[in-house]
Amino acid sequence: MAGGIKKFVVGCFDDEKVLFPAVKNVRKAGYKIHEVYTPFPVHGLDHAMGIRETSLHTAGFIYAITGTTTALTFIGWVFTRDWPLNIGGKPHFALPAWIPITFELTVLFSAVGMVLTFCYLCNLAPFVKKHHFHPRATDDLFVMAIECTDKTNDAEVQSFLQKAGAKEVNVQMAETGWWIGRYHKEQKLYKEEKGY
Amino acid sequence: MSLLKYESQLREPLVDGNKDYHQVTEDIIRPIEMKPSRLWYIGFTISAMLLAFGVYSVYREVTYGIGQWNLNKTIGWGWDITNFVWWIGIGHAGTLISAILLLFRQGWRTGVNRAAEAMTIFAVICAGQFPIFHMGRVWMAFFTLPYPNSRGPLWPNFNSPLLWDVFAISTYFTVSLLFWYSGLLPDLATVRDRAKTKFRKMFYGVASFGWSGSTKHWQRHESLSLVLAGLSTPLVLSVHTIVSFDFATSVVPGWHTTIFPPYFVAGAIFSGFAMVQTLMIVLRKVLHLKDYITVGHIEAMNKVIVLTGSIVGCAYLTELFIAWYGQNPYEWYAFKENRANLYSPYGWSYWLMMFCNVVSPQLFWSRKLRRNITVTFFMSIIVNIGMWFERFVIIVTSVYRDYLPSSWSTYYSPTIWEIGFYLGTFGLFFVCFFLFAKYFPVIAVAEIKAILKTSGENYKKKMTDIEKADAEKFYIDEVAHAH
Repeated sequence: MAGGIKKFVVGCFDDEKVLFPAVKNVRKAGYKIHEVYTPFPVHGLDHAMGIRETSLHTAGFIYAITGTTTALTFIGWVFTRDWPLNIGGKPHFALPAWIPITFELTVLFSAVGMVLTFCYLCNLAPFVKKHHFHPRATDDLFVMAIECTDKTNDAEVQSFLQKAGAKEVNVQMAETGWWIGRYHKEQKLYKEEKGY
Repeated sequence: MSLLKYESQLREPLVDGNKDYHQVTEDIIRPIEMKPSRLWYIGFTISAMLLAFGVYSVYREVTYGIGQWNLNKTIGWGWDITNFVWWIGIGHAGTLISAILLLFRQGWRTGVNRAAEAMTIFAVICAGQFPIFHMGRVWMAFFTLPYPNSRGPLWPNFNSPLLWDVFAISTYFTVSLLFWYSGLLPDLATVRDRAKTKFRKMFYGVASFGWSGSTKHWQRHESLSLVLAGLSTPLVLSVHTIVSFDFATSVVPGWHTTIFPPYFVAGAIFSGFAMVQTLMIVLRKVLHLKDYITVGHIEAMNKVIVLTGSIVGCAYLTELFIAWYGQNPYEWYAFKENRANLYSPYGWSYWLMMFCNVVSPQLFWSRKLRRNITVTFFMSIIVNIGMWFERFVIIVTSVYRDYLPSSWSTYYSPTIWEIGFYLGTFGLFFVCFFLFAKYFPVIAVAEIKAILKTSGENYKKKMTDIEKADAEKFYIDEVAHAH
C-alpha cells in the first residue's frame, strides 16, 4: 500500500554509543526522525526516540481469553447440550477433564493472534517490498532517516548528522509504504556495495 | 551514560575471538552463500535414502494394515508409541532453550537457540507420524478433529487424554513454528540484503516478509518474543504432561502413577539436551562456528543434562519404592518381575535404561569431562539410547504381563517395517536439518549482535582494562547504569 514518495536525509552510524546522543540531538534540534533502522534490537532506543510502548501484549491477552472461552463454551455445549455422552456415569459437565484442551486453545489463540497482529502492524508478509535506506542496516549500520518537509534545508541536516557522528550521509527519495510486485522498478534494493 | 551493559568479568565470554557486528554476519551467513561441502551431500543422500525406506515401510503399513508390525492384542503399543514419545521428548529441549532460558535471561541461549528450535520443529513432525499411522486407517485421521460432521454430528471425546494429545501436539507444533519463524525474519533479511544471486534475492526477499529492522518493529518483535516465550514455557510443560496422561490415566500396572507428569518432563528435557549436544558438536565443527558455540555453551548444557538425568534417576527410584510401598500386587509384580528382574524377558532393557540415564550422566559432575567435546558427544548418544529404552520399558514391560496370565505375550520383536518407519523418521529429521543448515542462519545473528558488547571476548577484555585503570570511575560509568 503506497504511502507516498517523500524526501529523506539518511545518516548511517556504526556505533550505538554515538547513535544515542545523535538521536537526542536531532530531536532537540526539531527534526522529525522517520525511523532508525538497526541490525538488532537496541535497548532503550525506542525510549530515546520517544516511541510509545507497544500494546501487543494486551492484544495477546485478549486473544488468550478468547481461546479460553471458545474452548470452554464449545466443549460445554457439546457435552451438556448437543450430545451428552454417558462416560462411566460421570457428570456431563466434567470441567477438570476439559482443562488440558482449554489451556492448549488459550495458548494457540494467543500465539497465532499475536503473530498475525504483529505482521499486520509491521506490514510483514511474503512478497511485501519496502524501501530499504541502506543494505547494511541489517548487518552492522544504524541507519537514521529524517523526514524532510518543504522548509527543510537538507544540506543543513546533512552537516548536522555528520557532526553528530554519522559515517555516511545522503538524501533519498523514498516510498514510505509497502508494495507488492514490480512497482518502483528504478529503486535498487540490493545495492552493490564494495566488499560485499 | 554508557551503553555497554556490564557483565561480571568472572563469566566466560559467549562469543570468542575478535568480532565486530559485521564479522558476526560474515561468520554465520557465509555458509549459506557457499556451495555445500561434499560431506553435506553425503549426509543429505544418506538421510534421503533413509527417508525413502521409511516411506516404503509406511506404504506397506497403510496398504496391508497394522499386521505389518508385530503388535498383538496384548502389546498394542510397541515401537510406534515408544518412538512417538522419544521424538516428542527430543523436541522439548529446543523450547526450553528458546523460551525458558529467555525468561531466565540466560545469555548463552543465543548461541544455540535457533538450531535447537529447528530441531524441536523437525522432531515434532517426526513424532506426529507415529500416532497418525498407528491409527491403521490413516485416511480417517481427521476424525480426531471436532468438526460439524454428518454423523450426528458426533464429536470426539474431549475427556480422553488421547484427544488432549491431538490438541497439545498440534498447538505445540504451531507455536514452536511461529516462535522460530518470527525470530528468523530479521536474520533472513540480513541474508536478503547481502544476496547477490537472483535466486537468493528472490527466495530471501519472500521469506523475510519485507523486514526492515525499524526501531518500532524491533520493539514489537521484542514484546512478541517475550510473550511467546511466556506462552511456550507452560506449553512445553503441558505437552509432555499430557503425553504422560496417555499412560497415567489408565489402570495398567506400571502406568497408573501420579509421578508421571514431572518425571516425563524431566526426561524429555534430558533427552532433548542430549540431542542438541549431538547436533551442535557436529554443527560447530562443520560450519566453523566454534567461536559462537563455545565449550562454555557445551558445559552449560551438560549441567542441564546432569541435573535432569538425576531428576529422572530420582523418579525411577521413587516409582520403584512406591510400587513396593503401595502394596498393590499387580503394580509390584510389574516392577519386580517385569522390570527389575534381570532374567525376565525384558529385564535387560530396564537395566540398560538405568545405566544410560542414571549412572552415566554422573560423569558430568567433573568439570573436566563436562568440557570435553569427545566425552560429551559420546555421552549424548548414550543418553539418547537410554531415553529410547526408558519409553520402551514403560510401554512394553507394563503391558506384556499384567492382570490375566492367559493374555500374556512374552516376546515382542519389531518387524523390518516397524524398524523402517523409525529409521524413516531419522531420514525425515536429518533431511530437514540438512536443508535448514544449508539455507537458514543456524545461529540467531541479531541476538548474537545484541549480546556481543557485553559477552564478546574482545569487549570483555576492554572492560577489564577500563576497570583496572580506574575502578571507581568504571563503577559509576558502566556498572551503575547497567542495573
